[in-house]
Amino acid sequence: MLKCSLDKINLIFAEISKTAKLYLPVDDIDKSAVYKKWEVGMNWSDALNTVRSPKDFFFPQMENLMEFKTEGKNIEVIDTRSETEDFVIFGVRACDVKSFEILDRVFLAEPVDSYYASRREKGIIVSTACSKPAETCFCKTFGISPEEPLGDVSTWKTENEIFFKANTKKGEALLEKIKAFTEDCDKSAVNEQKEKICRVTSKLPLKDLTTDAFGGGKTENFFDNPAWDELSQACLGCGTCTFVCPTCQCYDIKDFNTGNGVIRFRCWDSCMYSDFTKMAHGNNRLTQKERFRQRFMHKLVYYPENNEGVFSCVGCGRCLAKCPISMNIVKVMKKIGGSDK
Amino acid sequence: MNNREETLIPQIGVITDVRIDTPDIKTFRVVTLDGKKAFDHRPGQCAMLSVPGVGEAMFSITSSPTNEEYMEFSIKKCGCVTDWLHQAEVGQQITIRGPYGKPFPVDDVFAGKNLLFIAGGVGLAPLRSVINYCRHYRDRYGDIDIVYGSRSKDDLLDYQEIIDEWSNDAGVKVHLTIDNPQDGWDGHVGFVPSYVKELGFDTNKTAVLCGPPIMIKFTLEGLCEIGFDKTQIYTTLELRMKCGVGKCGRCNVGAKYVCKDGPVFRCDELDELPDEY
Repeated sequence: MLKCSLDKINLIFAEISKTAKLYLPVDDIDKSAVYKKWEVGMNWSDALNTVRSPKDFFFPQMENLMEFKTEGKNIEVIDTRSETEDFVIFGVRACDVKSFEILDRVFLAEPVDSYYASRREKGIIVSTACSKPAETCFCKTFGISPEEPLGDVSTWKTENEIFFKANTKKGEALLEKIKAFTEDCDKSAVNEQKEKICRVTSKLPLKDLTTDAFGGGKTENFFDNPAWDELSQACLGCGTCTFVCPTCQCYDIKDFNTGNGVIRFRCWDSCMYSDFTKMAHGNNRLTQKERFRQRFMHKLVYYPENNEGVFSCVGCGRCLAKCPISMNIVKVMKKIGGSDK
Repeated sequence: MNNREETLIPQIGVITDVRIDTPDIKTFRVVTLDGKKAFDHRPGQCAMLSVPGVGEAMFSITSSPTNEEYMEFSIKKCGCVTDWLHQAEVGQQITIRGPYGKPFPVDDVFAGKNLLFIAGGVGLAPLRSVINYCRHYRDRYGDIDIVYGSRSKDDLLDYQEIIDEWSNDAGVKVHLTIDNPQDGWDGHVGFVPSYVKELGFDTNKTAVLCGPPIMIKFTLEGLCEIGFDKTQIYTTLELRMKCGVGKCGRCNVGAKYVCKDGPVFRCDELDELPDEY
């Protein structure tokens, strides 16, 4: 284990930036945290988490896939993919680190999505333990430890110091680069920090939320539950939950005519939108209730069925904070799962 | 430059023939730039065709895999991409990628069985691939019955091939029907589901169904009424798709993705899925 004084953290950021793009959460004008590319003078945010999840780094909200040139009846396909450069995402919370594994199971499954895979290979994840979990946090429900975040490097921040532990070869290489700014230390301070975090998480309001009722093969238990009507009644279909969600991965592919060719691009989409499943001959999910149900059934039943019981939620709490009608997965789990009659 | 394989990046296909089948269905023959078949496929699999600037859509490959020269797609004019394709002329280039999806189990489950194909309208497009595959390897299968219905005589897809080839094969019986009486039609008149019940097939067959959802629903009920078990009946679904490989989320129903776990399903497997297809 390595440590350094927090006074020197900007020197470490400068060192990492010499060889790779470094992104970290910084305070925006309204005090909410956003990931930005680090530059001299920028300070690492103290906020618990960013408004948008870091899934953008691997699965951007919008990206060009290829281009076409057309002339008369002829078409030329242009492969516009380029090699990704090394980059480091600093200060990723345990929940968001877990979300990458959930996205991996989709994008790295055969046939591998090359756009995602190349970014995943070049990206180095430096996680940070959550010293102040929020009341909207429920990562423990999904077996995630905020006191022991994963990623290539794990870090723990105390009042004056930051501690580093490498978990992978990539992580070891990164710590080697910043060796000059760090010193070896034992685990006692980190252990103390972990205990402190556990004391906080054991008192969180959502600590008793469980996934016991859910999992693969349980479609029949929930699909026709009359509670979906009530739960979805006020849903605006705005898709905010899917956009802030670190695990939502549905996408659209569209063509844009530039006047000088065609760009085929991919962008995030949402199963909450009315045209998501709309076809020339009909729509298999006509009501908002059906679309609402699809999103939660996918996270709590369908995804785990295809992925050895892993749920497609990490308990980050973003949807709790951002839904304009205050509907969220916690309410759904309590109501549908039967713990809230 | 990235040298990894990427399924989303298509190859160029050239339309080398356009056959007008019905007032709203055309069959397009497609080959690569060097005149070959774009890729090998199995009966029931699909391909993503696109017109850059207009869009991309999934179509069943209607030609049999035993055709080694080209692929064919029977396409009904009903949306942006299909409208555009219907205006395309021979020589027009499009893009093609695939094959996608799980095929019909022609080499194991179907082997040695009597087969009953039931199609409605453009639903014959995906079945033509299987029918012609089974006709090609005729000795591997038992008797073949084909029930095919459409709105009118003019709406019957592949009519010439059905009359000139399928009807003349030994052990192949074709039963055509149209919805309403029409001058020049002395065949059966009536909807497919009731015609199937009228014909009253022996249940020692494996059935394959494709057509509009309402036709599939009633035909399936009819087959069960005359003693078929759902494990003997296969169908092929279609839902909106973007990627074709189970990632974009669009064709997800229950824990299945129609693009990769389907489009071919055995009807008892469908009972396990939520009714959202």
